[in-house]
Amino acid sequence: MKRIILVFLALVFLASSCTSGLGPGTSPTSPAGGNIVVKGSDTMVNLASAWAEEYEIKHPGVKVSVSGGGSGFGITALIEGTTDICNNSRSWKPEEVENARAKGFEPVSVAVALDGVAVVVNPQNPVNSLTIDQLAAIYTGKIANWREVGGVDSPIVVLSRDNNSGTHIFFKEQVVQAKDKQAEYGPDVMFLPTSQSISDEVARNPYAIAYFGLGYVTREHKVLGIKKDTSSEAVKPDMSTIKDGTYPVARPLYVTTRGEAQGLIKEYIDWILGSDGQKIVSELDFVPHATQK
Amino acid sequence: MRTRKCGKTFLSEGHSPKRRVGEKVIEALIRFSGWITLIVLGLIMILLFREGLPIFGYTDPVSFLFGTTWLPVSSPPVFGILPFVIGSLMITLVALVIAVPIGIGTAAFISEIAPTGLKELLKPIIEILAGFPSIVLGFIGFILLAPLVQSVFHLSTGLNGLTAGIMLSLICLPTIISISEDALSSVPSEYKEASYALGATRWQTIRKVLLPAASPGVVASIMLGMGRAIGETMTVLMISGGRLSIPTNITDPMSALTARIAIEINNASFRGLQFQALFAMGIVLFLITLVVNIVADLVLEKQRRRLRA
Amino acid sequence: MSLKKRNLRQIVAFFFLTLACFLVVAPVIYMLVYIGLQGAGAINWEFLSQLPRKRGIEGGIFSAILGTFYLMLGVVVFALPVGLLAAIYLQEYAKQGRIVRLINLSIINLAGVPSIVYGLFGLSFFVLLMKMGSSLLAASLTLSCLVLPVVVTAAREALAAVPNSLREASYALGATRWQTIRKVVLPQAYPGIITGLILAVSRAAGETAPILVTGTAFTAIIPGSPFDQFNALPYHLYAVATQVPGIPSEIKWATALVLLGLVLLFNLTAIIMRARLRAFKRKWS
Repeated sequence: MKRIILVFLALVFLASSCTSGLGPGTSPTSPAGGNIVVKGSDTMVNLASAWAEEYEIKHPGVKVSVSGGGSGFGITALIEGTTDICNNSRSWKPEEVENARAKGFEPVSVAVALDGVAVVVNPQNPVNSLTIDQLAAIYTGKIANWREVGGVDSPIVVLSRDNNSGTHIFFKEQVVQAKDKQAEYGPDVMFLPTSQSISDEVARNPYAIAYFGLGYVTREHKVLGIKKDTSSEAVKPDMSTIKDGTYPVARPLYVTTRGEAQGLIKEYIDWILGSDGQKIVSELDFVPHATQK
Repeated sequence: MRTRKCGKTFLSEGHSPKRRVGEKVIEALIRFSGWITLIVLGLIMILLFREGLPIFGYTDPVSFLFGTTWLPVSSPPVFGILPFVIGSLMITLVALVIAVPIGIGTAAFISEIAPTGLKELLKPIIEILAGFPSIVLGFIGFILLAPLVQSVFHLSTGLNGLTAGIMLSLICLPTIISISEDALSSVPSEYKEASYALGATRWQTIRKVLLPAASPGVVASIMLGMGRAIGETMTVLMISGGRLSIPTNITDPMSALTARIAIEINNASFRGLQFQALFAMGIVLFLITLVVNIVADLVLEKQRRRLRA
Repeated sequence: MSLKKRNLRQIVAFFFLTLACFLVVAPVIYMLVYIGLQGAGAINWEFLSQLPRKRGIEGGIFSAILGTFYLMLGVVVFALPVGLLAAIYLQEYAKQGRIVRLINLSIINLAGVPSIVYGLFGLSFFVLLMKMGSSLLAASLTLSCLVLPVVVTAAREALAAVPNSLREASYALGATRWQTIRKVVLPQAYPGIITGLILAVSRAAGETAPILVTGTAFTAIIPGSPFDQFNALPYHLYAVATQVPGIPSEIKWATALVLLGLVLLFNLTAIIMRARLRAFKRKWS
């Protein structure tokens, strides 16, 4: 019995000693070393991870850890001090800014990329485009059957991110509340916990409709063109339509810090806004932001 | 097993004052530790109430429990949890409808019909099922079961209460099976022998003698299984569909109390209204499972006393 | 009722009972085989020993494995001593009566508390009140509370199984109660206690909800201290299955397989130990 315990303890020491050599830039004592913690938007999480990986390669000694959880999660984390940088795909609400001030800082947001929110359906769905009004009606429950918008005679399976998601709030403000500021998501909307579940469900369910950032769109989805109103052209989201504003459901993506960024964090954000960081933005199907340094 | 040095007499070690003090310290520690489970339970209750009760200053308990709208991040926020209570109950009901007959049947099979060799094989399989992490079951439910349910029942989506209930029954089954099986095998063999002596078949004996005698244990197992089902989080999170309105049908997508808490707790600002409301939901969950467990324990105690007599 | 009719009823009834058992066993075996086949292809040494890259699309799951390992270690460090001492009190010191009944009730209730409620408790007590922050330590302690009933119950059974004759012999030689426990009862009860510990650890390894709330983050970094956030297998599975786009499905299944394999390994070890214990006890009595 004692032997087993000894072996167990030996394994523990072995595990902890061999981990120090792994992972990019894990030594905290190397020069220009440091830790940056990034949390927040799931829309931005792949982008943020790609930045982190690239940055760690270019700047050995710096560790950048990235998590998702939603813009709401990131904002809370920044307020509570459990993160250095918050990724948010929506702007801070007044109450959240108040909370931050109560904790002694002013949240400073910098737009680092532009994102189009794609509205997708299953490839089998014959519908090609929708107006903003139709989209709002679908998401408030006023339109419940595909045939009302030119599709098959079947109930619409309406999918959405949950309320921790910045995209959820952005879509609500931009689309659902476009005409009626008091509108809320309808009673039949299905709030799935994560973007991937939504992506999977749309890909396999012919009656589903969903929205998410362009970065999550795959070959298994069909992207709808969006018309501002019945007389406009249907616009699909891509680099140019997002940049020039013709795609109506686009928004900036932000990183937020406690006060003005300084030191290690400032270097990181500057790098993101620089050509290296923005190149990664394009590679991941987001749109580089105009405020490049 | 190595035998320890039992032969070494303790008299030679003696009862020195130093030893007596050391022993007193250890014994005090032991006496304190005995209470640890009660202490932890108490702490859980205190903290849940501490963080959750404040919400009732914003929303009164009736509107909270019976309100049908849940808008935690709107202005102004609205907190009504009835749809989730109903969702949890519906999913649990589906799980029990499936798990109870199959579970008791399996318990009877293992206890009375299976030959010893098969028994030794079946019990580990049940324990393997018990050990399946709930996230794995949720994953399997999402990838495999949901599309199946969707096509078999011609639904618009497979992410609904029925699918969640089916996967949940897999979680209840080990509890129901093992406790019922224990109850059945602890029925004194005199009962069985008397029944055979009267000319009954094995099935008649099971049905009319053993099951009734074991019924407190079986009922307790169902209650404990129900408690597990109500408390399950990850499986339900992934496959129940996430609709916030009151479900009218088990094939509707719905939300459960547990899943709601899990999704929203990480982004609720600490000690804000949403945070308090989620803790209040925790209180509701805690009280439900408390009641279920106490009743189950009372029922089990009844069986223990009955068998002792 | 005629004999023929009764026998017919029995055959029908037994058929249904067998069917019931089959309906339980078949899905278990199906799931095991399916996960095994889907995931085994992606498991190799790199998968197990490398950190995730590109959010888990490439690389391995080492950070998750290590995190789970640290969690299990935490459970051993916190839950074992406390649970064991509690079991010793209940079994060796306490007088059976209302107090013990109350504590028994608390054990049953703790065992029935939903895992997300443990998460809320951990968040409010360890993360906030004790100011540990979202960390490995907070998550470990939360899980230790969750598995406490398992440890206490298993240890109690192990202690109860030690024949009283051994205790009496020890007292006859002049030993005190604690000396008896330490030198006679405990050594006999070790295997049963370890079995319970293994079950507790395996339970802790599989839980997602409590750690989701108290300390996990989907990072590729190894936690440097107990106050850091960490990754763990159940959380990693949750993230790759539902949050990260573009992960090849073999990797999702492989992660599920590793988690399942780990938990099953522990459970089967405990089952085997228990079986050998029973065989040994039969020899003794």
